[in-house]
Amino acid sequence: MSAQTLYDKLWRDHLVAERDDGSALIYIDRHLLHEVTSPQAFEGLRLAGREPWRIDANLATVDHNVPTTGREKGVQGIDDPVSKIQVQTLDENCDKFGILEFKMQDLRQGIVHVIGPEQGATLPGMTVVCGDSHTSTHGAFGALAHGIGTSEVEHVLATQCLIQKKMRNMLVRIDGQLMPGVSAKDVVLAVIREIGTAGGTGCAIEFAGDVVAAMSMEGRMTMCNMAIEAGARAGMIAVDETTIEYIKGKPYAPKGEQWRKAVTAWNDLKSDTDAVFDKVVVLKGNEIKPQVSWGTSPEMVVAIDECIPDPAQQDDPVKREGYQRALEYMGLEANMPVTSIRLDRIFIGSCTNSRIEDLRIAARVVDGKKVSPTIKQALVVPGSGLVKQQAEKEGLDKIFLDAGFEWRAPGCSMCLAMNADKLGSGEHCASTSNRNFEGRQGHGGRTHLVSPAMAAAAATAGHFVDVRPFLA
Amino acid sequence: MEKFTQHKGLVVPLNRANVDTDQIIPKQFLKSIKRTGFGQNLFDDWRYLDEGYPGQDCSTRPLDEKFVLNFPRYRGASIMLTQQNFGCGSSREHAPWAILEYGIRCVIAPSFADIFYNNSIKNGLLPVVLEQKTVDFLIASTEAEEGFELDINLDRQLVITPNGERYSFEIDPYRKHCLLNGLDDIDLTLEFSDDIREYEKLRVQRAPWIFNKLH
Ligand code: SF4
Repeated sequence: MSAQTLYDKLWRDHLVAERDDGSALIYIDRHLLHEVTSPQAFEGLRLAGREPWRIDANLATVDHNVPTTGREKGVQGIDDPVSKIQVQTLDENCDKFGILEFKMQDLRQGIVHVIGPEQGATLPGMTVVCGDSHTSTHGAFGALAHGIGTSEVEHVLATQCLIQKKMRNMLVRIDGQLMPGVSAKDVVLAVIREIGTAGGTGCAIEFAGDVVAAMSMEGRMTMCNMAIEAGARAGMIAVDETTIEYIKGKPYAPKGEQWRKAVTAWNDLKSDTDAVFDKVVVLKGNEIKPQVSWGTSPEMVVAIDECIPDPAQQDDPVKREGYQRALEYMGLEANMPVTSIRLDRIFIGSCTNSRIEDLRIAARVVDGKKVSPTIKQALVVPGSGLVKQQAEKEGLDKIFLDAGFEWRAPGCSMCLAMNADKLGSGEHCASTSNRNFEGRQGHGGRTHLVSPAMAAAAATAGHFVDVRPFLA
Repeated sequence: MEKFTQHKGLVVPLNRANVDTDQIIPKQFLKSIKRTGFGQNLFDDWRYLDEGYPGQDCSTRPLDEKFVLNFPRYRGASIMLTQQNFGCGSSREHAPWAILEYGIRCVIAPSFADIFYNNSIKNGLLPVVLEQKTVDFLIASTEAEEGFELDINLDRQLVITPNGERYSFEIDPYRKHCLLNGLDDIDLTLEFSDDIREYEKLRVQRAPWIFNKLH
């Protein structure tokens, strides 16, 4: 058999049937659910009188709408009646169909892409889907993971399969080593800047190279999380010792004889050395500096020591127009240094950067310092109840609180502002989330995407600063 | 889902690249647990001058007259022309629901985000990919000529202008078949139930941990 990529192997292992027209039925091992994209799917199931195909494939939690304060009040603590109905609807649907759900007051509740790996519900070699585009996160485990729409949520519930066409293979390799203070978030922003937000369209991206091999699982999840911002539905990384170590002992990880068998199977989850990719992009790790997004698309990114680009310098008219619109929306001028952007709020959280390692590095940066008095609000929102508990055990909450941050309960929070945490119109936010679209964090809000370390440093300065000296 | 065979209608040009799903239907409207009611909030941040909220009466809200969908000459448009990477961002199917409910049956662009493309077809909204220079030409034609219409023929995979210029587009046969006949994917997949069970039998031997109970 000819050499295969990791994606080819995952595809092959899940192929149930192929139709004459080239579409295929792909088996889904794990299906994650949350309150926003599932209600219409459950309704469809009920209307058609269908039952879920395999209950234990499904795991649900509430994350998008939940408040990050007053958690002890449970569902009753949600002030917005529409949000409350959505949360209650998921609770009812899960109860009715017998699907395991981490409800609001469960310690295991959190952002759906944080809890899957944390529980060992995401495992190497699996197909993982969820009605959420950042499902690509789970590809960090050598899994085939991607977001689906609500019709597909219903389809997976009813059939345990998806109808798919095979994507193309793209390799993004980051060679060498990162400078201290440069993180996975900077790497993935640099990649998106390089290939553009449509650079990976139609592809499954495999991230590889020395930089990725040296990364923790948290860092790898950050990279795969943002594969979708590069246009790829799925991002993935080969299984190695780091992967196996991370999974060992997780609640739903296999145990005993099953564990040994699993590890043997997982060790094959990498691209063959002579596998051929349709597209290859190579970056040098030591050239990547801390990154900041200045515009309204995740490809509008510069390094911390650069200036905001001038639309007049863009040859492509569509791009020029886009840059101009972005500058207007963001209230910024061409050619100004990115360090001169004044910030109003800081958000450390989201499925991109709310894991324990993200909180540790941010805490290290702010330890013994204060949030600048010009900052209206600085929020830390852990990715799950368990991340929060671990951080408190390590005293990170104290460090943040002493510095002037607010320490909140887990959820999506200000990543998309479906709950009460949002930006005011015109406000600039240093955010560790993944999308800087217009209005994403609140009507008229202006998002700048950065790493947790950069967000923490910006909090103390009131504007963007190079975090590298803080961590040298 | 609604069938799509052939459609002729007025064209509106949204001459922007990377239009994301947060713009197509802003997040506050995702709190609904229904499939309907999103049409009036399509492009809410661009269409209206105030900030919208779910369940509101939109008929009295101040419109942004500078936004192309609000131009009187594009009222009643059912085909939208736009630039590359349309529908990037989240997987929310509320985006095609909103577009369809507004009255658009077909979106033409040089490229689409993958999930959006898929979601559209599942709801009977036809995404058509044409070359960049063709899209630019059609946008210019739409702007130049009031009442510019296009005729979309899915069966023959053609976009036809009033002057009779024809542009063919690609679509994979399975998706075309579903659209032409308004078929429900789930029923089609359930015809493979035996194959799915057969697959599960093999998989449980090779990777039993996949089938462990969650608790
Ligand atoms: S944290 Fe943000 S990106 Fe992640 S699932 Fe929640 S809303 Fe989506």
